[in-house]
Amino acid sequence: MSSIPVPAGAPAAEPSAAALKWRALAEPLVPAAAALALTVLLFSAAVALAGFNAFEVWGLIVLGGFGDAFAWQNTLQRAAPLILTGLAVALPAQAGRVIIGNEGALVLGGLAASALGNVLAAAQAGAWLVWPAMAIAGALAGGVWIGLVGLLREKREVNETIASLLMSFIAIALFNQCVETVLRDPASLNKPSTKPLPDALLLPTMPGLDVHYGLLLGLLVALAAWAVMRFTPLGLALRVAGGNARTALGVGLPVVKLTIGACAAGGACAGLAGAVEVAAVHGAANASLIAGYGYTGILIAFAARFSPAGVVPVAILVGGIAASGSLLQRRLGLPDAAVTVLLGFAFVALIACETLRGRQFFKARS
Amino acid sequence: MSSHPTHDALRRRLLAGTALGAGSLALPGALREALAQTPLVVGVIYVGPRGDFGYNQAQAQAAAAIKKLPGVKVVEEENVPETAAVQKTMEAMINQDKASLIFPTSFGYFDPHMLKMAEKYPKVRFAHCGGMWTEGKHPKNTGSYFGYIDECQYLAGIVAGYTSKTKKLGFIAAKPIPQVLRNINAFTMGARSVDPSITTRVIFTGEWSMPVKEAEASTSLIDQGVDVLTCHVDSPKVIMETAEKRGVFCSGYHASQAALAPKGYLTGAEWDWATPYNAQIKAAQSGAPMPNFLRGGLKDGYVKMSPYGAAVGAAAKAKADEIKALMVKGGYAIFKGGLKDNKGAVVIPAGKNLDQFDAELEKMNYLVEGVIGSIPG
Repeated sequence: MSSIPVPAGAPAAEPSAAALKWRALAEPLVPAAAALALTVLLFSAAVALAGFNAFEVWGLIVLGGFGDAFAWQNTLQRAAPLILTGLAVALPAQAGRVIIGNEGALVLGGLAASALGNVLAAAQAGAWLVWPAMAIAGALAGGVWIGLVGLLREKREVNETIASLLMSFIAIALFNQCVETVLRDPASLNKPSTKPLPDALLLPTMPGLDVHYGLLLGLLVALAAWAVMRFTPLGLALRVAGGNARTALGVGLPVVKLTIGACAAGGACAGLAGAVEVAAVHGAANASLIAGYGYTGILIAFAARFSPAGVVPVAILVGGIAASGSLLQRRLGLPDAAVTVLLGFAFVALIACETLRGRQFFKARS
Repeated sequence: MSSHPTHDALRRRLLAGTALGAGSLALPGALREALAQTPLVVGVIYVGPRGDFGYNQAQAQAAAAIKKLPGVKVVEEENVPETAAVQKTMEAMINQDKASLIFPTSFGYFDPHMLKMAEKYPKVRFAHCGGMWTEGKHPKNTGSYFGYIDECQYLAGIVAGYTSKTKKLGFIAAKPIPQVLRNINAFTMGARSVDPSITTRVIFTGEWSMPVKEAEASTSLIDQGVDVLTCHVDSPKVIMETAEKRGVFCSGYHASQAALAPKGYLTGAEWDWATPYNAQIKAAQSGAPMPNFLRGGLKDGYVKMSPYGAAVGAAAKAKADEIKALMVKGGYAIFKGGLKDNKGAVVIPAGKNLDQFDAELEKMNYLVEGVIGSIPG
């Protein structure tokens, strides 16, 4: 498709250098704008068909997700775990691996963090020792779990997508078994849980914000991942290995190690998300931890085109839509499925409009 | 629950005040008008879909009932997970909708989510479904409501006992926690009060809502010769539908599933949450302190039976109604002294009947004689 760019009737001359520069700048913006327009159109039509006023619905979506300080805190709080689970998919994708089983890594991370947190709490350890220890325990548990998936792929040619999903089911079963038996707090009669952390060890909210430090942690990890991918030889090596493994082997890159490492790094992000959920929200590990953050992360990473930095705005958008879904239910009595439909439209539109990228129009002719 | 005396007394005094002249009446009248203009906003939060034919529907039915009350505005949100999301939903109801009474209806909302919000918003009342509230431990602006639904399961067991031909009953249970075990045991004891040769086969699915496993368990139980199925899962829908399709009887739970199994639906153990909802609203509207611990059985209108289905015989109805009358009268003990578990051990010493409100029953960790199955873990 190379015939679109030149408008009909325009002289067939080469575009000026300035025009080409503008077009190059527009390349990443056009698909996003087109996706946004398409989403607005599709969802408005769906809402109108269901008998609701589309303007009112959009007004509430903006208000509920981004309208005032409370809405923003609501949105950011919901986005906090999603940044990490988005990264959990985006990082292995750098090495060309599609991991979809991070829910399991998340719950194991939460379980490990809770178990270690309780041991340290019993030893009267202070928060500044307990928190990093919990974070490391969570990241290790998740990292080892998804690292195993990478190992299966690299050493035994087991498809990593399927393996990660099946491993996720195993992880959740393992988690339930531990929470309901060996690690169960005997006081948790009707909702089996691990022992809750003492209040003093719960991760507080950030100053001036009603959002816990998990958000900051997610942002820092995303920033670090972006910097590594962009500025370090390791990032370049990963991109080469992910882009063309044969070339990477040809130039002597340790592809197997790189790939397993990327998988483990992704799993570590998911495990860290689980640890944060325990330390900041639940205080203990129990079935509430299995909330689907791991699966939402898949959507987020795909929509962000696996860019570690792109995961942040997409996670915030998804958090905002969840927050507005809450308001839509309460104000208009729209079903919970309404925002699922909106998210569905948004992701389909995003992926469809991505095909606009890389077209001849945006490039100088050679 | 009894109506709050202070409110009625106040009204009576106001009426008596008429004698003192119109002037004294004008002020309360204006006050009352002002109150009517700012309705009590009540938030109801569900963990699953409102139309799940089960746990959430039972709550939604109560929400629908209180919507009809004057001066009450209800805002609802479904499918809210037991995470930070529910904290934000409660906060949003308070900030965006000006709710001052909230019913977070899922068990897992209580700790830490509801307690955290209750501390942050001490003027808002939080009424939680379950039995968690403890005097001295939990804030005064929080409370619990729950019902002794094992009474209904016992009666449903009687009906099942009369109806079953194979003498094999099936119970599909989510998790082996005390509340669930109590239902399995009550159902079994009700059936065995009719015929001691009856047994109940139990399958634990491990999840509150797992339709695939529930369907598999139903099929498996029916294949084993079970001809009455009941359950304790969040949505009994697929179990009732499977039973109806396979031509066996079923007994409902949480809400009525009669519409799903018009031929085989015998009866069911249902919640009647309008009772505690009304009690909380009455207290909130009159400014009376929040009732922190609401509990009751058939007698108090916290639970009810589904109307008998077409397949229920006259003898079954007569027996179930007879026991129900005793329960409504009060003092009927389901868990009596000398009770044995299914391993032969005596779990309640002889001569010691346990009242429905006995805390011992809240720690139940056994399956009674006649239940085939074991507690996993």
